[in-house]
Amino acid sequence: MHNDTIGKTVGVAAAVCVICSIFVSGAAVYLKPIQEANKTLDVKRNILIAAGLLEEGGKTDVGELFEQIDSAVVDLATGEFVDDIAAEDFDPRRAAKDPTQSVAIDAGDDIAGIKRRSNYRVVYFLKDGEKIKRIILPVYGKGLWSTMYGLLALDADMTTIKSFGFYEHAETPGLGGEIDNTAWKALWTGKIALDADRQPAVRVIRGHVDKNSPEAVHQVDGLSGATITGRGVENLVRFWLGREGYGPLLKKLSM
Amino acid sequence: MSKVKEALFDPIFKNNPIAVQVLGICSVLAVTSKLETTVTMCLAVIFVVTLSNLSISLIRNHIPSSIRMIVQMTIIASLVILVDQFLKAYAYEISKQLSVFVGLIITNCIIMGRAEAYAMKNGPWLSMLDGLGNGIGYSIVLLAVGFVRELLGSGKLLGYVVLPLTIDGGWYPANGLLLLSPSAFFLIGFFIWGLRTWKTELVEKEN
Repeated sequence: MHNDTIGKTVGVAAAVCVICSIFVSGAAVYLKPIQEANKTLDVKRNILIAAGLLEEGGKTDVGELFEQIDSAVVDLATGEFVDDIAAEDFDPRRAAKDPTQSVAIDAGDDIAGIKRRSNYRVVYFLKDGEKIKRIILPVYGKGLWSTMYGLLALDADMTTIKSFGFYEHAETPGLGGEIDNTAWKALWTGKIALDADRQPAVRVIRGHVDKNSPEAVHQVDGLSGATITGRGVENLVRFWLGREGYGPLLKKLSM
Repeated sequence: MSKVKEALFDPIFKNNPIAVQVLGICSVLAVTSKLETTVTMCLAVIFVVTLSNLSISLIRNHIPSSIRMIVQMTIIASLVILVDQFLKAYAYEISKQLSVFVGLIITNCIIMGRAEAYAMKNGPWLSMLDGLGNGIGYSIVLLAVGFVRELLGSGKLLGYVVLPLTIDGGWYPANGLLLLSPSAFFLIGFFIWGLRTWKTELVEKEN
């Protein structure tokens, strides 16, 4: 049993680890640029779906269609557009980690569980001439396991939801993962995101929405088996539509 | 020569990992609602089980028995990460649909089972063939289940419409049950039934 000496055991373990890690890290580093390009393309595809320009699963040339979308960098605190930064050059995820480009959120306000938010965000528009037809807001927040990244499209009135969906998350497939279900996503269309005082009013409720209730326009059916994911979705929508998020911008645009 | 044949072809029907050994059922339920994801999963599993059997067999005489499972796991996990990274780079849409199930190949009992039961005791060439055979055996069941589920569940094959659905103005009312995971259980059941009727030597003697 010469294999079972301590020296050999440690040696084999170390050798296996080193060799495996070379393969794994090699692949990760080498494939990273291609994966990043895929992600960017996927976000664009999802923006087009949110804008209603692309069917889900459609295989048209994304680059060409995307030219119809306008983007702008916005200062969240004031709701003003920032003209000296190009939307393409702005990386919101990096900015949210950088203390000079982001602010800490008070624990009480941080319902989306994101701790810091960047000072600026990129938003997208579908325009008809100069008139905004739809605004597409990137939103994110914590679900059960993962940070969920989604796109919320509002109508020209800045309160009616036109479409809502996530493009990146790692919730449990079949339970929380059902946030990708087209039937569930369709429930969001037409809901009124803000109340009369322009405060976030959306709720993901347990069970089915009672259509006769006066609150029904603000409510979406919860997903069974996905209480925490559902709560996360509700909270991230409320956060990003609120005063810490796009609230000031939406107020400005709706006037 | 016969040993080579045995290693490669036995797992395909006679000792099929899913139908006879009843291993790796979990992924059959998860990924077979569409053929496209099924095919990807099959290729990924064939790749992982073949190479894990090969590499474990190559070092089998040096693996200390106290840490042998960990060593097998490390090798399998590395191979799975390679597949996952590769899919994210070259088949992004599919990798999104497969989500965690690519990662879960690590826990697919077939792979660990073959490493422990075969690759630890046999040479690299035979082990590799055993891995390949088991991968193919797994794939045959998966593809059969995926074929039935996509065809009858959504009227398509590989995304192409075969049976026009009533909701799209066709004549075929989709069978929603087949899109749900439990339907794969029924289909595997039918598969096992068929296999045991065909190969009667698989049926256990009554006590």
